[in-house]
Amino acid sequence: MLITILVSAGVVAAVGLLLGALIGFTAKKFEVQTDPKIEAVQALLPGANCGGCGYAGCADFAGAIVTKDADPSGCSACSDAMLAKIAEVTGKAAGKKEKMTAVVFCSGSFSRSEKAADYNGVLDCRSASIVAGGGGKACRFGCLGYGSCARACPFGAIEIRDGLAVVHPELCRACGKCVNVCPRKLIRLVPASAQVHVYCNSLEKPAKRRKLCKIPCLACKKCIRTDENHMQMQGGLVRVNYSNPPAPSFVEQVKCPTGALQVEELHRKLEPFKPAAPAPKAAPAAPKKEESK
Amino acid sequence: MSEEIEKNKVALPEPGSLVLSTSPHVQDGDSIARIMVKVLICLLPAIAASVWFFRFDAVRILVYCASFCIFAEYGWTLATRQAPTVNDYSAVVTGVILALNLPPGAPWWLCFVGSVFAIIIVKELFGGLGQNPFNPAAAARVALLVGFAGPMTRWAPPATGSLISGATPLGAIHAAQGSADAMAQLGCNENLMKLFLGNVGGSIGETSALAILIGGVGLMAFRLIKWQIPLAMIGTIFVFTGIVHLAAPGLTPSPVYHILSGGVMIGAFFMATDMVTSPITPLGALVFGVVIGLLTCVIRIWGAYPEGVSFSIVIANALVPLIDRMCYIRPFGWHSHSASALQIRRGEIK
Amino acid sequence: MNIPIKTWHFHGGVHPADGKALSNSVPAQRAPLLDRYTVAIQQNIGAPPKPVVAKGDAVKKGQLIAEPGGFVSAPVHAPTSGTVGDIVEVPGANGGAIQAIEIISDGKDEWGSGLEPIPNWKNTDREVLKKRIAEAGIVGMGGAAFPTHVKLSPPPEKVIDTLILNGAECEPYLTADHRLMLERTEAVLEGAAIAAKILRVDRVFLGIEENKPDAIAALNGKAKDYGVTVVPLHVRYPQGGEKQLIYALTGRSVATGGLPMDVGCVVQNVGSCAAIRDAVVEGHPLIERYTTVTGTPVANPGTWILRLGTTVEQALTFAGGVKSRAAKVIMGGPMMGFAQTSLGVTITKNSSGILLLQWQETSGYTSNPCIRCGRCVRACPMKLLPGPVSVMVESEHYDEAEKNYVMDCMECGVCTYVCPAKRPLVQHFRRAKAEINAKRRAAKAKQA
Repeated sequence: MLITILVSAGVVAAVGLLLGALIGFTAKKFEVQTDPKIEAVQALLPGANCGGCGYAGCADFAGAIVTKDADPSGCSACSDAMLAKIAEVTGKAAGKKEKMTAVVFCSGSFSRSEKAADYNGVLDCRSASIVAGGGGKACRFGCLGYGSCARACPFGAIEIRDGLAVVHPELCRACGKCVNVCPRKLIRLVPASAQVHVYCNSLEKPAKRRKLCKIPCLACKKCIRTDENHMQMQGGLVRVNYSNPPAPSFVEQVKCPTGALQVEELHRKLEPFKPAAPAPKAAPAAPKKEESK
Repeated sequence: MSEEIEKNKVALPEPGSLVLSTSPHVQDGDSIARIMVKVLICLLPAIAASVWFFRFDAVRILVYCASFCIFAEYGWTLATRQAPTVNDYSAVVTGVILALNLPPGAPWWLCFVGSVFAIIIVKELFGGLGQNPFNPAAAARVALLVGFAGPMTRWAPPATGSLISGATPLGAIHAAQGSADAMAQLGCNENLMKLFLGNVGGSIGETSALAILIGGVGLMAFRLIKWQIPLAMIGTIFVFTGIVHLAAPGLTPSPVYHILSGGVMIGAFFMATDMVTSPITPLGALVFGVVIGLLTCVIRIWGAYPEGVSFSIVIANALVPLIDRMCYIRPFGWHSHSASALQIRRGEIK
Repeated sequence: MNIPIKTWHFHGGVHPADGKALSNSVPAQRAPLLDRYTVAIQQNIGAPPKPVVAKGDAVKKGQLIAEPGGFVSAPVHAPTSGTVGDIVEVPGANGGAIQAIEIISDGKDEWGSGLEPIPNWKNTDREVLKKRIAEAGIVGMGGAAFPTHVKLSPPPEKVIDTLILNGAECEPYLTADHRLMLERTEAVLEGAAIAAKILRVDRVFLGIEENKPDAIAALNGKAKDYGVTVVPLHVRYPQGGEKQLIYALTGRSVATGGLPMDVGCVVQNVGSCAAIRDAVVEGHPLIERYTTVTGTPVANPGTWILRLGTTVEQALTFAGGVKSRAAKVIMGGPMMGFAQTSLGVTITKNSSGILLLQWQETSGYTSNPCIRCGRCVRACPMKLLPGPVSVMVESEHYDEAEKNYVMDCMECGVCTYVCPAKRPLVQHFRRAKAEINAKRRAAKAKQA
């Protein structure tokens, strides 16, 4: 009995060793020669394969950097430190790149905007925009709120709060996928250093905008008049001048009548829709001394 | 002079309160739950027959399987933080069909393992209703047969009437094999009548061909199943076993015996016709039925197991995507000679 | 002349609850004159017309207010006499906002189209008649709004031998064509005869569903005088679909991606025929149409003769408003119509009906998965695979959807009607078509 076990184990072990040696030999003999630099660069790239660089994934981009002199700053997801490391490996200078971020130019969450109708259908922005009337909100320039951009983002940087898409700049790598997906063309890539934006995209007549949303840009141009260097008109829309963006204190200075001009951090904190909390009970009034009659 | 429209006298719909969707704006009244309820109604004759023949055992197994299936699905949707899906009744139907496939001596833990396997592993892990490639009840039966052969073959004689021998109809084939006379004796009219009514051993739901046939007619009347599948499956078994029986009478009994025994009837009407796991085109359904029929005959006549229906169904389920691709339908107006620039030949994109 | 011995049934289709009894026995009423009409400028497929009037101009009823923007375009005329107002934005039936010319009525309602009547059309040149149809702004009134004079000018290599008149009106609830055929029988037939003369065909079939026996009888009485054969058809939606109608009446199937003229047929809606007759014989351009205002919430459902530029709000007021809560307001029928969010939508040349539905009657779409029951496959009149293709669209595999002929889908809605999982199939297919068209455009732009 023991002999049988030993012999069987021995045979299996011998076969295993033989096959292992064969595999090892073939691996060495038929190895594909790759430039070790390409592997090193690929290890430094983020590895999200978002396609923002224009190449078919990080491996392809690494190959292009080493062999075709592609500019490493084409990777919008790379930090400056990473670019410097890549420059060390390749021996070529890496371009300087300004960090960009995506911004959704709309303030119209469900609680802030007029409802046109109860939408019943596919919960996807591109599909909803095909329905006559396009989604449930009355403003036909605003964010539909069904999350196509959030699903398209490979980095999970977009959150849908109360039916409004909001970008978290610390997570955004400016790959541009959300820009392509949005059917209303609401999202643009802007320099991350700009912290103040005009969160409205409406081209309706200003009088009508008030009826459609609580925080519209009325194109009153008060902000432009306050400082022409920081603000400008772009094709009918009031926009921040992104070559010379204003500081957050600019918002207090302008006192925008609707609040469409807003600091990015405050815009992100828009309250999710909740029924109004009951008012805290007032402290009981000090008992009055009753006059005895 | 033009009339004035007196708006305040007429009530109008309020904009903002209307519903917006694409066309069509009407639908017929059916829903998934209603379809499942109709399937359950068509299963009632088989359930009644099982209770008639196997008494308390049948009730016990039916209740166990249905409950375990419902709890398994509910538990899964709870654990994965999804909306509960038990109210589409598909878990109940799976439970009942699985129960009808179990032997009367099945212990409670066999029902439990089978139900959990069917719902969680075969259905939910693949994505839930509509996404599973394999028929949950058939796959669970296969898994139980392979894993727990002993408890799965605890056949008890039925409460009424007597049996030919202590074995099930398919088991009796092995005893009679080799002798053409014994096979003929097996396939005598008296036995066939017993098989038709259900007065024989076997799984609690598959014995009564009559009850299943009534349910099957109901399914076709409600237009719930593709009639091509049972027709092709039963027809193929009939023809194939007929040929073999004529060529080698001692190898296998008559085709009518084959159709009325084992899981052919219940498999043909209730299991192979499961919408999610059968082909979607009519020709595909026909091919599917033929494949199941052929595999069943091969397993029954030459295979190690006495019954082949469940195995055949599961194997054919794996072939469904291929069958769908091969048995495609061309759209209305497709002409092979049409030179329209917009027309695409299958597989060719400009 | 060959008369079809039997009419062929098409694949699939469905028979939804009719709803026509609400309005099919009430004669059509002419709407009273309104103070103001907002006439949409683009009421046709093709190039948008260009306004030729300015604010403050005086216009007469039927006068040209927008001229065609190209060959595939149709002019627009004033629905009444009065003054031209602003060019305003009104909601479009397909969503979005469209431009409209405001006409302020002066109450006199005087004709002044500038088109001379041609009572002796039988001896008039075909080109003159075709020009008249173009000048009168006639488009396909069954819903497509394709300019009629273009349809009646097929290229010389397409030999046309059959004119088919579409009186099927297969959509539930709609009865406009029914009342038109009953009340203006001779107008419809005369218009058909004019179209037949222009096309130089002898075979003229009028397809009409069997659920309109009174209209069939009325037409049969006069049809022979105008050379038209009335053919009753099976009652099944979408019997009135162009390809299904041609197949039923002639047995010919139009190739996928092809047009009726490829099989020698031209199809015209019966409303367009009546408009052709009015334009030729009376010199009246297209300024009004038969429209059904119906639905269980409507107080007095019925058929109305509405002028272009009437708003839905005004039309509902004529019909007495609503007597119960309406969940949907639909322009068109329940199977292919468009749900509206605003009552300011105006009646255009192809507005066949205004339908209101209650909450219980209307569809409720879910995000249920496809259970592969196969009902949609059985029902599709184009023999496509709606269920599997919708799963491809959900997972964004538009190439796969294109291989499975999603571009041939005519969006009739039968698949969605029968789907027990209540999936919004038509919306998936519209999305797929939009994505595929965008991809084709991008590919074309790259090549250029």
